[in-house]
Amino acid sequence: MSERDKTHLFDNPRNVRRLIHALYGLCGLTLVLDFVVHRHVDHPWEAAWGFYSIYGFVACVLLVLVAKEMRKVIMRKEDYYDE
Amino acid sequence: MSSVAPFVVFYAGAVLLAVAPAPLRRLLALLVPVVGALNLYGLPDGTGAAFELFDYTLVLVEMDRLSSLFGYLFHLAAFLGFIYAFDVRDRMQQVSAMLYAGSALGAVFAGDLLTLFVFWEMLALTSVFLVLARRTERSFGAAMRYLVIQVTSGVLLLAGALAIIADTGDARFTRMTLDGLGPWLIFLAIGIKCCFPGLHNWLTDAYPESTPAGTVFLSAFTTKVAVYALARGFPGTELLVYIGATMAMFPIFFAVIENDLRRVLAYSLINQVGFMVCGIGIGTSMAINGAVAHAFNDVVFKGLLFMTMGAVLLRTGRMNGSDLGGLYKSMPWTTGFCIVGAASISAFPLFSGFVSKSMVMVAALYEHYEIVWLALLFASAGVFHHAGIKIPYFAFYAHDSGIRCQEAPRSMLVAMALAAGICIFNGAYPWLLYDMLPFPVDYEPYTVAHILTQSQLLFFSALAFVWLNLKGLYPPELPSTNLDVEWSYRRLLPAAATAVRNVVGGGFSRLAGGGQALAARTVAGTESLLVGVGLIGRVWAIRTTALWILVLLSGYVFVEYL
Repeated sequence: MSERDKTHLFDNPRNVRRLIHALYGLCGLTLVLDFVVHRHVDHPWEAAWGFYSIYGFVACVLLVLVAKEMRKVIMRKEDYYDE
Repeated sequence: MSSVAPFVVFYAGAVLLAVAPAPLRRLLALLVPVVGALNLYGLPDGTGAAFELFDYTLVLVEMDRLSSLFGYLFHLAAFLGFIYAFDVRDRMQQVSAMLYAGSALGAVFAGDLLTLFVFWEMLALTSVFLVLARRTERSFGAAMRYLVIQVTSGVLLLAGALAIIADTGDARFTRMTLDGLGPWLIFLAIGIKCCFPGLHNWLTDAYPESTPAGTVFLSAFTTKVAVYALARGFPGTELLVYIGATMAMFPIFFAVIENDLRRVLAYSLINQVGFMVCGIGIGTSMAINGAVAHAFNDVVFKGLLFMTMGAVLLRTGRMNGSDLGGLYKSMPWTTGFCIVGAASISAFPLFSGFVSKSMVMVAALYEHYEIVWLALLFASAGVFHHAGIKIPYFAFYAHDSGIRCQEAPRSMLVAMALAAGICIFNGAYPWLLYDMLPFPVDYEPYTVAHILTQSQLLFFSALAFVWLNLKGLYPPELPSTNLDVEWSYRRLLPAAATAVRNVVGGGFSRLAGGGQALAARTVAGTESLLVGVGLIGRVWAIRTTALWILVLLSGYVFVEYL
């Protein structure tokens, strides 16, 4: 079997699914722990249940969607400055 | 053992490199930082190596906890860099990298503003060769723009230094407040090197055009010297809190849509420096500690990330996310080191970013900068998104690009392994780093709350990435150029100049001639003032004139050469 034909870890879609499911599991676990663990907080906003989870998710979605919109204004051809 | 100023070791090393044959050069390059570190260890605290020049005392070595930490950091960065560059045969790169590291040390230990200025300019002059070393047309253009902007920063620093000396008669580089022309000019000079918003574009323009090893050196020194200078000159300046928060925020948007992966890292470099600037602005001992600790960690993990991308560039000849993918099959070690770097910059528990970035954020809350804290939290999630996930994902995973190449050379792997080791060590056992910080540390990074909240933030950021990808909402990597501030001087200004030329025609050259005559007359006038009034007697005239000449010259250089 040549180097190119060798199958690697993520050539198998099942392994990709496993990884994603592991992530779902970890997300769920940290949320459940938020019920159990009494967190020390420095600010009342932080104390809200799942504050960091929701903030992280929303921040990233916003970041990507805004950046996508930016493309409409600032994206040019690869050789824009070379002409 | 009597010690010399730290830069002397590196400058002497550079002279040896300039004449030594290739096989000897690379060993010498490794030896210099080691000898330098031993020399630094022997340096006593306080003021050393001072000498008189005219009426002023120039201090080459001012040793305290802040300068010594940056001193050791730069020795470490140089050592790692030269391991990474072990197979580089290019004498120009080796010599300029050595001089560049030496200049950074010179600036960090400078006890007065004039010495600082000299090394500030040396940083620019030596590092530009690392950009030129790529030897492409693009890198040449980027290098020239880089040089103009860096030298401008130096000239501003000199003007500010002279103004302060004129006002106070004191050349020492100490804490100042933003009050009067001198401190503002110095603030602006540091701001350019530090990538304040709008003054940042030289970095994202030039760094990605350098060689694989060149970018690793570049990422370590210039911005960190600027962070050091801010920490020494302007701690507790509230304006910096907002500048820093802006710096942490805006580059991540550019990073998400940037295709050149080393340019993505350049944007994320500005984002990380933003955290440091913010910490210096908050100014409490915890915030300053956090800023400095983060500078230390950033040099290592950002260096590591640039190393992995440099290895990819070396092996594949490509750097665009749209051309890469699937390289974990060919470069498994590099992939692993990249993930360590990504985890460190994202501040995963047990990795170095976790123990330093949070100090700045907690300090922001303690001082009631709530909105700034939210901005930094947004930036923390964002940095995981673009540097933590995007870099490893598009280079090593994503769609298989079909590229099969060799693993990185052994010397590069050794450098990456060492850097990765330091990232994990500092993350898992931060107390050694904490002991070196300027102030006693009263902060415990490993609390249940911190581990849990940071895990939540990061896992849900990753979840957002997965969700956007599965929904097809994630912007694909596209071959493209994104306009940034540089557009104003690479397109707008030249276009305006051409328009003026076309409209005014011959008048323009007469105008230029008139400008020259004006400048000559101003110089003559200044000279007679100098002779008549004496160098320091009546400074306002010199100061204003110098400023105007500076403005004129900068404008001229920009119009003519960009």
